[in-house]
Amino acid sequence: MAELKNPASILTLIVIGLCAVVPFLAPALGEPFYVIVFARIMIWAIAAVSLNLIMGYGGMISFGHAVYLGIGGYTIGILAFHGITSAWIQWPVAIGACAFISLIFGAISLRTRGVYFIMITLALAQMIFFLSVSAERYGSDDGLNILTRSDFGLSFFDLNDKLTMYYTIFAVLLASVFISWKLIHSRFGVVMRAAKSNDTRVQAVGVSTYRYRLIAFVIAGVMCGIAGLLQANFERFVSPDMMNWPRSGELIFMVVLGGMSTIFGPVTGAFVFLMLSEILSTWTIHWHIIFGPFLVLVVLFARGGIHGLLTPRASRDE
Amino acid sequence: MNDATANISLEARGLQKSFGGLVATDNLSLEATRGEIHAVIGPNGAGKTTFVNLLSGILKPDGGAILFEGRDITRLSAPARVNQGLARSFQITSIFRDFTVLENVMLSVQAGQGHSFRFWKPVAKDESLRGPARELLEKVGLGDRTEVIAGNLAHGEQRQLEIAISLATNPTFLLLDEPMAGMGPEESQGMIDFLKALKGDYTMLLVEHDMDAVFALADRITVLVYGKAIATGAPDEIRNDPAVRAAYLGDDATDDANGESA
Ligand SMILES: Nc1ncnc2c1ncn2[C@@H]1O[C@H](COP(=O)(O)OP(=O)(O)O)[C@@H](O)[C@H]1O
Ligand SMILES: [Mg+2]
Repeated sequence: MAELKNPASILTLIVIGLCAVVPFLAPALGEPFYVIVFARIMIWAIAAVSLNLIMGYGGMISFGHAVYLGIGGYTIGILAFHGITSAWIQWPVAIGACAFISLIFGAISLRTRGVYFIMITLALAQMIFFLSVSAERYGSDDGLNILTRSDFGLSFFDLNDKLTMYYTIFAVLLASVFISWKLIHSRFGVVMRAAKSNDTRVQAVGVSTYRYRLIAFVIAGVMCGIAGLLQANFERFVSPDMMNWPRSGELIFMVVLGGMSTIFGPVTGAFVFLMLSEILSTWTIHWHIIFGPFLVLVVLFARGGIHGLLTPRASRDE
Repeated sequence: MNDATANISLEARGLQKSFGGLVATDNLSLEATRGEIHAVIGPNGAGKTTFVNLLSGILKPDGGAILFEGRDITRLSAPARVNQGLARSFQITSIFRDFTVLENVMLSVQAGQGHSFRFWKPVAKDESLRGPARELLEKVGLGDRTEVIAGNLAHGEQRQLEIAISLATNPTFLLLDEPMAGMGPEESQGMIDFLKALKGDYTMLLVEHDMDAVFALADRITVLVYGKAIATGAPDEIRNDPAVRAAYLGDDATDDANGESA
């Protein structure tokens, strides 16, 4: 995407390269568990990329973004519970559900700005969270096991196959990064970015920004929902916890850590965030005490996150 | 009478706007004739910016009506008014600071070409946007600054860009809120010359603090005090109007001194 002289691009390539070879590298190194770790992180990375689209490029700080993980995931879980396992039904329904909910939630929350927007997105998301907690039929707090993964009915494409599952996640991650990149450089993306920096001015050149912000919100919701349906398939389990508010907060941290409004930052952010919390938690049970201040420092001193730090000022094109 | 009304581009009728208990616009009426520069002057806090916000649709009036080219636009949104040809600039420079100069203007060109629900084609290579934007920047004298990040421009250049962004929407009418704000005497003169060159191509409502600029440019002047129009007329009439002198021109000197030091 940019020249290789840029350290951030090199980091991008390293992360992509690692993701590509881990299914072979990890077992060879005697650490097969890392295939699962990477798959999990990539799913979070897709969600973080989707959040960055509205937060980094659109200035919409959603504190309820994880709800779309939940909606995407639960759609798979609930349909499977009722015996509908065809991916050709499950996936469109999951995407439709996320589009529908994000359209409604966006239409409501985008009437507000700043702290109010943050609070309303949080409140709306928690509504769905409590709905899932109270759904006894679908396991309430305990969550819902998914007996069979989404079935494409294709012999060569079976999500029960570990490599197929892994590389499907990998492909969706690459696609989400590529789509974000295309979007933000399109006419639509220009309106979104301009509205972030000066909404009144965009209106004063003749563009009703609300519609564009709303559509961006829906695109991000759907993209995050796809991460959710992958997570449901990967873990064969969904629970309310996947959309509780701390998950939304973590998504925000991943984006900020990796670099808000940088194309690949959220992916790096997801890796560093989840790896660090994994490693720190094996050192001490009080790892939050180390992790919290670390994140605060990043927010304060590395405004552009990891990718911001690594990108020379002159070549920042986003 | 018929001739006169046929030539009116923008008309405010008894506009009313309060912020809490403060009346910022008080039964304000004004007619801007096609092709003229109609200046609106008045001391700080007189309600000039509020008036521009009402005309451009950023604020909704509590009462009264706004007519543009014969149509009632009182209920139209700000973007809809721009699409009818009524553009504005801002007193506080309102540009996209992280965008290049060219990208700033390209957005206006893009807005003029219809909806922006185009998700795939990169704008950076879109000649239908770059071409007109570059052309306009040449015209306003920023032709050699197109690739500069707008936030890095000198103040005077930013003020030029501010107007270029508005011009790029292809308006027939320009609402200019203190285009010389914060400029030194040399830059101000440049802006005066620039606006003179635009005269005739656009009808303009010029809000300005700088009296020299106003008397150099305006065909007619409306004087605003506490949200009320206390006089409207040709520059000479305004200069000699006792009420105006008492209310405003009398303390012109002190205002000017404040403007210079700011
Ligand atoms: N959004 C607002 N809320 C409350 N008061 C406002 C607002 N905008 C302007 N005012 C007040 O209205 C009066 C007119 O302000 P303004 O239109 O900015 O004056 P001018 O542009 O002539 O200096 C001032 O007293 C100002 O404080
Ligand atoms: Mg003002």
